[in-house]
Amino acid sequence: MTLARLRYGGLAVLVAAAIAFPLAVTNQEAATLGFDAMIFVAAAAAWNMFSGYSGYISLGHAVFFGSGAYAAGIAARDWQVTGAAIFALLPLSAAVAALIAVPFGLVALRVRRHTFVVVTIAIFFIFQLVASNIAVTNGTSGLNAPFLLWSPVTFDDRFYYVALALAVLAVALSWLIRGSRFGLQLRAIRDDEDRAAGLGVRAMPVKLAALVISGAVTGLAGAVWFFFIGQVYPQSAYDPIFDLTVALMAFLGGLGSVAGPVLGALVLEPAQQYLTQQLNNAYLSEILLGVIFLLVILVLPRGVIPTAGERLTAWRAMRMAPAPAGGAAPSLPAPPATAGEDRPAGPAHAREQSR
Amino acid sequence: MGTELLHNIIIGILSGGVYALMAVGLTLIFGVLDIINIAQGILVVLGAYLSYALSVHLHLGLFTGLLVTVPAMFVIGVVIQWAFIRPLRGRERTSMSLLACYAVAIIIEGALYWAFGPDYVNLTGPSVTSSLHVLGFYLPEIYLYCFGLAVVVVAVLYGLLYRTRFGRSVRATMQDRTAALLVGINVSRVAAVTFGIGVAVTAIGGMAFGATGGGFNPNSGYDLISRLLAVIVLGGLGSIGGALAASVFMLTIESVVDIWQPVWSVAVFYAALVLVLTLRPTGLFGRRAARAQ
Repeated sequence: MTLARLRYGGLAVLVAAAIAFPLAVTNQEAATLGFDAMIFVAAAAAWNMFSGYSGYISLGHAVFFGSGAYAAGIAARDWQVTGAAIFALLPLSAAVAALIAVPFGLVALRVRRHTFVVVTIAIFFIFQLVASNIAVTNGTSGLNAPFLLWSPVTFDDRFYYVALALAVLAVALSWLIRGSRFGLQLRAIRDDEDRAAGLGVRAMPVKLAALVISGAVTGLAGAVWFFFIGQVYPQSAYDPIFDLTVALMAFLGGLGSVAGPVLGALVLEPAQQYLTQQLNNAYLSEILLGVIFLLVILVLPRGVIPTAGERLTAWRAMRMAPAPAGGAAPSLPAPPATAGEDRPAGPAHAREQSR
Repeated sequence: MGTELLHNIIIGILSGGVYALMAVGLTLIFGVLDIINIAQGILVVLGAYLSYALSVHLHLGLFTGLLVTVPAMFVIGVVIQWAFIRPLRGRERTSMSLLACYAVAIIIEGALYWAFGPDYVNLTGPSVTSSLHVLGFYLPEIYLYCFGLAVVVVAVLYGLLYRTRFGRSVRATMQDRTAALLVGINVSRVAAVTFGIGVAVTAIGGMAFGATGGGFNPNSGYDLISRLLAVIVLGGLGSIGGALAASVFMLTIESVVDIWQPVWSVAVFYAALVLVLTLRPTGLFGRRAARAQ
């Protein structure tokens, strides 16, 4: 009960803080940071919808991010879309990214685990190379976004709210998927694909659908990011750092949970920018970031949210079952079934274990 | 035309030998530890920078310098494995190890940027600039030496794996970790030494890469690791022979396509990978389907 109230209370506070953020902060840099953070919340949540739930770790999501940006840029150029009307191109970006996800998935999803990771990287490099070398993307010179006639005073705030809306959409979608039959099928695939198939899960269509949805949302994030930044190059649209960053955010917060990627993005993006700014030495901040990751991996090997959930479960179990003396409860093995859950099924497991 | 083709095929095979060296380390580490060491690319670059530092500051020859860099990289590998890979346990081990290797990679990249700056550098030496006249072709000497060295090292690794007691424990661990533990193999020591060996060859690979490529900087690791991953997946993960064959195959294709389409030769590299995997998901020499997710 208290846990549920805590969760909804926390959610309400978080949303209120997110909405109030531009009102409280007038600093230009902070506003940009807020925008970036929201874009990454959306991208990390989108990545998690596919990779976190299905267990197929994609390091090629920049394909969708970049293609979403390019789709909007090319359409705006060729159809001469200007002003705020460019936001009408967002569905197109999502559609293009979703369309790209189909062959992407049909090729990559035939293989599993490490091989899948490598294939996504290979596809990513093909896209980067193609974008650098064909005419429609304007090669390495890149594309410019149509100029928005918003005053500089409100520019950042408006974009922040667009990104926030996108982030909310992505998180809501991943929450819906997680609770649905579709989400259960995905998680069954993650736990044991062959067994899931044996139990009647049609693995390929399910995985492909997840990749398409995830790709579409990532494409949207790419398009919004492009409108904000104003230009796009093959190196910035198809950026290997993006691939790793979204994965890192989801890992940090907790793979496969709804809140994990959000937490990861909200911690990582500001941390990254803060370090770069404060140290005034991009290299040193890069090193520090790596050190922080290593520490997180060694201390919280399953991400923040699942580890915290486990601790909470263990603690509740200890309280509810003060039984066998000798401290059997504290050494409770973490129930493997709850791995990656953002809501540990506390009491049920506690009862099971205390029997 | 014909001679150019033949020339590029030869260059492709020679550079394939160098890639084979780097790829064997990666596939060995995968086979024994069941992790993908995505830091391998930056470790190769680190090896190249070590050679660079030795040749610039201590005026050591490139090949003499290897006597220092190979043991140094071995120690670095053992330390990385001991400190960051060994503690990882449980179901998330695979994904977490990717992350740990990435973290190690960005630390090394940051350190290299800090120490050497973003400018491209080249390894130089007497053998880098001169060519040898072989069978009517002028081949850069360094390619021949590096290829020769790669062949020797791969042969030594093969001998180590198939002719020694240690090699037997490595292969046993690759086949079945639990069974290896049960028959009394010190699996954690095998893992540490294998990781060390896998990283030690990057010292040689790095020297060859730095001397034959068109210069390198700390950012070169990304391109390199992507190619190496493509190579070992194409060869079949964990298959040493497959890594050798795939390196030569891929680099030859790239070198040949380079004649007509210099821009697209890299794309062909990845397209070949995607194509092969579509037809044969286990790679060219993969023995079994990848284990369950």
